[in-house]
Amino acid sequence: MSLILDNIDYIVGGASHMSGVSLELEPGSFNVLLGRTLAGKTTLMRLIAGLDVPTRGRIWMDGKEVTGRSVRRRNVSMVYQQFINYPGLTVYDNIASPLKLAKVARPEIDRRVRGVAEMLHIEHLLDRLPLELSGGQQQRTAMGRALAKDADVILFDEPLVNLDYKLREEFREELRSVFSERNCIAVYATTEPTEALALGGNTAVIHEGRLLQYGRTEEVYHRPHDILTAELFSEPPINIVSGDVSSDAVSLDNTGFFPVGDDLRGLAPGTYRFGVRASHISLVPQSKSDVELTMTVDLAEISGSETFLHVHNELFHMTAHLKGIHDFGVDVPVTLYIPTHKVYVFDREGRVVHIPAHLRGS
Amino acid sequence: MSDALPTTPEAVRQRAAATSNRKRRRNRSAPRQWRRRGLMAAYIVFVLLPIYWLLNMSFQSNTEILGGLTLWPEDFTLEHYSKIFTQSSWYMGYVNSITYVLINMLLSIVVALPAAYAFSRYKFIGDKHLFFWLLTNLMAPPAVFLLPYFQLYYTVGLFDTHVAVALAHCLFNIPLAVWILEGFMSGVPKEIDETAFIDGYRFPAFFVKIFIPMISSGIGVTLFFLFMFSWVELLLASTLTATNAQPIASVMTQTKGASGIDWGALAAAGALTILPGIVVVYFVRNHIAKGFALGRT
Repeated sequence: MSLILDNIDYIVGGASHMSGVSLELEPGSFNVLLGRTLAGKTTLMRLIAGLDVPTRGRIWMDGKEVTGRSVRRRNVSMVYQQFINYPGLTVYDNIASPLKLAKVARPEIDRRVRGVAEMLHIEHLLDRLPLELSGGQQQRTAMGRALAKDADVILFDEPLVNLDYKLREEFREELRSVFSERNCIAVYATTEPTEALALGGNTAVIHEGRLLQYGRTEEVYHRPHDILTAELFSEPPINIVSGDVSSDAVSLDNTGFFPVGDDLRGLAPGTYRFGVRASHISLVPQSKSDVELTMTVDLAEISGSETFLHVHNELFHMTAHLKGIHDFGVDVPVTLYIPTHKVYVFDREGRVVHIPAHLRGS
Repeated sequence: MSDALPTTPEAVRQRAAATSNRKRRRNRSAPRQWRRRGLMAAYIVFVLLPIYWLLNMSFQSNTEILGGLTLWPEDFTLEHYSKIFTQSSWYMGYVNSITYVLINMLLSIVVALPAAYAFSRYKFIGDKHLFFWLLTNLMAPPAVFLLPYFQLYYTVGLFDTHVAVALAHCLFNIPLAVWILEGFMSGVPKEIDETAFIDGYRFPAFFVKIFIPMISSGIGVTLFFLFMFSWVELLLASTLTATNAQPIASVMTQTKGASGIDWGALAAAGALTILPGIVVVYFVRNHIAKGFALGRT
């Protein structure tokens, strides 16, 4: 069972919601659609499900074209961001409903419903009505219905957004283990880069109705094709500083200078944009080649056991992601160190021209 | 049970509100309390007085009614009620009314359910205008349509049948039903429909098994309004019928006999006419406010 989207365009009332998306999802793969709100993640899922029909382009499932085929005959299942269940049916009947419609034998239905319920830890709630349950339990019911059916494609449209973060972490782990045993294509939409990284599998980065990059999650994270992908797939977003490369030295907006090392030697002299991951910036030099920058603190944001330090100088802003809790006053100068062997370099058009050597691999 | 301490935040809040209310009431001065009660009593008296008078008259003999002012039936009698329940010219009025009202309710709801679904779920050219046009049907007085209806029904042989009145009442009842149901349907997330189709429901099965139960309270309220408007409408109902399908209200206007107007029977018939409305209201009492807001909360 494979899923192929071939050059999909989707236009509603003159507005293009999806343009030129081609994607090939392998059997048994776990795929994350990453993009901001309104990027087109939900639209893409609805096209895959068959709830909407693409304006142009074709969709193939398992070698057969399904472009115009109705959702009922596609064997997909979907979990929405809102908790969608049939309010009049018990949890058991909710989960069993697709099986009953598929005319599965009664003992088999019972076995599968109980199996799924156990997996999702709602086996003690089967006789209740969805509205009597907590949000997490309602969403588990919705997931149960999606999982009970032997669907070829399971779509999750930001299913964890309306849950609290503890439940989210728990769910995420369960989800991975559930899918490791299945041979169906899972598609999972999220706005959070960290969630995409936690889920692993493959990631497709989507922006304004276009597919920017698709590949293994680590691959996309470590080796973005362009500046936009790098920005979308990092939290906090990757810091972009423009800089000039001459034959022997690099200047970052005339504030930080460093000599062109071995790995940057291939760059032609000119203006580039340098990408520095927030987590690579540190308060103490990690190696001799680090660039030293003196910046002014805007805000130190403490999140759990980490600190997001927002700083600026006359020319650019930066965010540093520091381990541990650090206390900084506002408008205090601070010295930061950027490891030059970990920077990305993009050309004027935003295409990546240099990826840190230790990630270049394979 | 009521002594147990509340466990949910909602219950705690309610309990606190109840306690503070009680305290406030206790602290209020006695004259103010009595003024409130007096106003309330006066209001109830004014509202219920005509109805009481109707009941009062229905249990009196005609001589007592015409004799003088009596606050309660001194010569209690059930003769008017027994007359209504035994004389076919009387009770058939009720049967006719109920028949065409039920036919109308069935017709209206069957037509309005799919129409309201279309308005709530699909976008099509002119949908908003069409929706508003439906409401304008309620603005036209039925008298406007009286003559064409009369002529048409007479020509096709529908005159003096229950179906004639039921169809005529669709004029204002179907738009009303569509409006109310559309509000209730739009309260159901569209994703439920999609989930059902993903699960493999065909549209008719989904509509009957999943969707209609979800808006059952809305349907109940709608049926109440359909009943009410069809039950109280007199002009179309009396004009489009002669003897076979004559509604009760029309029967009541024709009680003048050789001995003058039968006041007691008229009062008893009036009292009986109120009854069905009270029964129907009882069933939808919890949802009626939402119905008045046309399902939009």
